[in-house]
Amino acid sequence: MKRSTWADRLFDGVNITLLLIISLAMIFPFLYLFSVSFSSYEDFLSSDLLLWPSNWTTDAYEFIWKSWAFRNSLMITVMVTVVGTAVNLFFTATMAYALSRRILGRRVLMFMVVFTMLFYAGMIPTYLMVKATGLLDSMWALILPAAIAPFNLIVMRSFFQSIPEELNEAALIDGANDLQIFGKIILPLSKPSLAAFSLFYAVSHWNNYFAPILYLNSPEKWTIQVILRQIVIVGEATATLSGDNTFVDNPPPPETIQMAAILLATLPILVVYPFLQKHFAKGVMLGAVKG
Amino acid sequence: MKTETVQAGALPASHTGKLRRIARRMHKERYIYLLLLPGLLYFIVYRYLPMFGIVIAFKDYSPFLGFADSPWVGLANFARIFESPEVVQVMINTLVISFLQIVFAFPAPILLALMLNEVRRQSLKRVIQSIVYLPHFLSWVVVVGIVSIFFRNEGLVNDFLVYRMGFEQPIPFLTNPDFFRPMIVLEVIWKEVGWGTIIFLAAMAGVNPNLYEAAVMDGASRFRQIWHVTLPAIRSTIVVLLIIRLGDVLEVGFEQIFLQLNAFNLDIGNTLDTYVYYKGIQQSDYSFSTAVGVFKGLVGLVLVMTANWLAKRYGEEGVY
Repeated sequence: MKRSTWADRLFDGVNITLLLIISLAMIFPFLYLFSVSFSSYEDFLSSDLLLWPSNWTTDAYEFIWKSWAFRNSLMITVMVTVVGTAVNLFFTATMAYALSRRILGRRVLMFMVVFTMLFYAGMIPTYLMVKATGLLDSMWALILPAAIAPFNLIVMRSFFQSIPEELNEAALIDGANDLQIFGKIILPLSKPSLAAFSLFYAVSHWNNYFAPILYLNSPEKWTIQVILRQIVIVGEATATLSGDNTFVDNPPPPETIQMAAILLATLPILVVYPFLQKHFAKGVMLGAVKG
Repeated sequence: MKTETVQAGALPASHTGKLRRIARRMHKERYIYLLLLPGLLYFIVYRYLPMFGIVIAFKDYSPFLGFADSPWVGLANFARIFESPEVVQVMINTLVISFLQIVFAFPAPILLALMLNEVRRQSLKRVIQSIVYLPHFLSWVVVVGIVSIFFRNEGLVNDFLVYRMGFEQPIPFLTNPDFFRPMIVLEVIWKEVGWGTIIFLAAMAGVNPNLYEAAVMDGASRFRQIWHVTLPAIRSTIVVLLIIRLGDVLEVGFEQIFLQLNAFNLDIGNTLDTYVYYKGIQQSDYSFSTAVGVFKGLVGLVLVMTANWLAKRYGEEGVY
């Protein structure tokens, strides 16, 4: 294995070149969006492949930032992400812990959970249920119907099961009840795992587009993904972001606005990504083995 | 306090010792049941009660009359599914997109994992991995947005084709329906290929290094090592994942498709989920769209359970 032959080196060379091309395909869009969004429109028009801004401008970002619609959607999305993730963690952790203990009826309850992974009532009955519980057109419609992801619940449960039983017994002898054991022993021990799940849940709230278009009617409740679609895919950048915008007489070109908007909406993901990365491989593997 | 009432209610009835034992045990575990409560409520309200809502598929549901008073129509809504050429087309669209994904997007992570597995320098491997995992965490709006910026008529790809490659006019990637399916599949590959490698790389990590040494002794080239050592090692993983994927053949992803549907591609791009959305939410045809949803759900359930059973069977055989 140590001695590398000519054929070996050729193989490695081709392989690594291909992998670098693939990696480039994954990050190139962001480099391009970055440089165009910070470039003057003249630079963008005069060069067909702009990879670094020569005349820097932050007009597009200022225009977006001054738009009430954008800031409002950002605020709503941050709120939904924070509150939603807290709800997710509370519901998932409590139930996962309960199911990790040998309580009466555990098998039936586990089957109940797994069955929902196989069969979903469907979009319309779920919509009618959200309507019946009075959540339509409210932030809670994005949070409560998604309070538990069954897959995460099962992975978290296997994590709790891997905590040695002796800890429970010792605490019981010391006179603690199950609530105290959960709050004072299990949760502090599970911090890294809980952090990983909160990042996963947070990303899914941030990226959600389906629930907002399904459950929210009022434009003033739109989340960042809905606004982003309006700006980039529908192509109504200026119309969506104008309103009381002070830029309104002389807005930057829609192209640069679109690219800046994508980067702004992706920024939180890019910021949490390094933290996510530490944890996800483990989580996925655990799920693959147990699920 | 809640558990006290449970116990008090259970005690008079417990003439047999068994009930008494159950009551005592539930009393002992009362705090755990308390922890169970929020999750249980969630599953009942948002996962199981909607399943009862399925009855409206057998009714002519009107929001004014409500669940109970809307008239029963038996299987009429289901009959409409098979009589409607529209639904048949939607069904075909769903299956075609799904099969294209299985043929092209399913093997992609396997290939990428094989390539990554051959990188000897661990630091380089980790850098490439971090980059290829990233798109998985982007929203579909961002991915479709990037695609529309790059592939529109004035976008970078068409600029390149026209000014550098001498094309006479831009290619209408976004409006010509012929491009719809290839674009959908390419987007899925771009977004998920890296993420999909995780499970295969883990399977490859379990290969005994002695096998490679033995192969080298026998004069195997790198390709032959991949063919005779690496691939057999991940074969059962591939088969199990493929079976599970086949069980999900009616799932093609709502957000991705919905974001790209337009007047040009609706005929070939409308899939079961988007159809249910248009019919049910936008046109308020609740009963019929619920019937379509139930039909999809039932077919999916049967397929998934069959796939699960097959995967387990195969998994067992793969161990020996």
